Amino acid sequence: MKSHVWRPLYVVLVVIALVLVAREILVPADFGVGSQGYMYGWHRPSNVEEWKQVSVKYRTAEYCKDCHREHYDAIAGSPHAAINCENCHGPALNHPQDSRTLGIDRSRALCARCHLRLEYPTSGRGQIRGINPATHNMGLECVTCHWPHNPTKEGRI
Amino acid sequence: MISRRNFCRKSLLLAGGLAIPLAALELFDPKRLKAGKIEGSKVRWVFLVDTQKCVGCGLCVKECKIENEIPYDANVTRTWVERYIVTKDGKSHIDSPKGARDGFESTKVDIGHGKLVDIANEQITKAFFVPKLCNQCDNPPCVQVCPVGATYQTGDGVVLVDRKWCIGCGYCIMGCPYGVRFFHPVHHVAEKCNFCYHRITKGMQTGCIDACAFDARRIGNILDPEDPVTMIIMTERVNVLKEEYGTKPQVFYLGLTKEVR
Repeated sequence: MKSHVWRPLYVVLVVIALVLVAREILVPADFGVGSQGYMYGWHRPSNVEEWKQVSVKYRTAEYCKDCHREHYDAIAGSPHAAINCENCHGPALNHPQDSRTLGIDRSRALCARCHLRLEYPTSGRGQIRGINPATHNMGLECVTCHWPHNPTKEGRI
Repeated sequence: MISRRNFCRKSLLLAGGLAIPLAALELFDPKRLKAGKIEGSKVRWVFLVDTQKCVGCGLCVKECKIENEIPYDANVTRTWVERYIVTKDGKSHIDSPKGARDGFESTKVDIGHGKLVDIANEQITKAFFVPKLCNQCDNPPCVQVCPVGATYQTGDGVVLVDRKWCIGCGYCIMGCPYGVRFFHPVHHVAEKCNFCYHRITKGMQTGCIDACAFDARRIGNILDPEDPVTMIIMTERVNVLKEEYGTKPQVFYLGLTKEVR
């Protein structure tokens, strides 16, 4: 057959070769079907490790226990026992090296998250003692009268 | 005129020639096309939410946003808490201001467009809070629609997003029937709850569980029959969201009612 018939075929072959080369360069070496099968498993396995490397910011009360034992014990024996230190003091990160001091959220809004009175009969919220922030000692911090580490005690002032 | 012998030879040559590039591509191995997933994983993470216990403080949402580096003031979040108030006339009023990042700061319900509705306590028949998060479905539609393989299911059942590989097309965000996916405002890729994969793989609890003072959220391994969460799911009356979609969601709810969508 004459060459003008074959010429488009060469073009097609060159295009296929280019696609294969581009695929080899662009697709990561480990990309493929993982353990979850053809439909849900296509991924780059090294990405799983990347997600595991995300830093932990909230270290839980166990991290605070060794140095702040008196506060840990005080709140553990109070009605607020279930509240984690970091809910009010913020994420520990690598305290005391990274972020030497932690802030304390003493805002009324923080306490009102639970203690704004909502009369909800079918929710645990309805059983929590609460106030109406618009009428209850406006402008004062809650800790003025209520000690957060043990709400059965009075505040510091 | 082409002879029969020549015709057969040329057509076989052509078929063979076409087959070579296909084999070189190795787009798929037919053996891998089996319907079932490979058995042998020892962990399958599941989540349990108790809507009776949740008080709507929103500390889970706050901790989640900081722990997972979601811009704090952007109105996107991996987990959120919805408030449901059902009144005597049968209507349900649902809101979730800022995803309940700051809890629910008012007795008034935010019905959108800046409008607040005050509902008298006498009108309420039931009112409760429902935390929402990614259901880490067994049949995740978000994974199926991804055109580039940037989102996938790990061996322990968690659906992850590859930030380097995602092209930001948004199919998965449209595909999720639970609306848990969004665009990350900084990385400009799809973002979702991954059960704090960096914490659970270190033996820790997820951020939202550590923040919850009311035990409303729990995580467990459904493949371990001794796991307390597994025992609750197996023996108590739990429900899942939007079962009719066939996604096989793996976040189980205690105390769900028909008003919850």
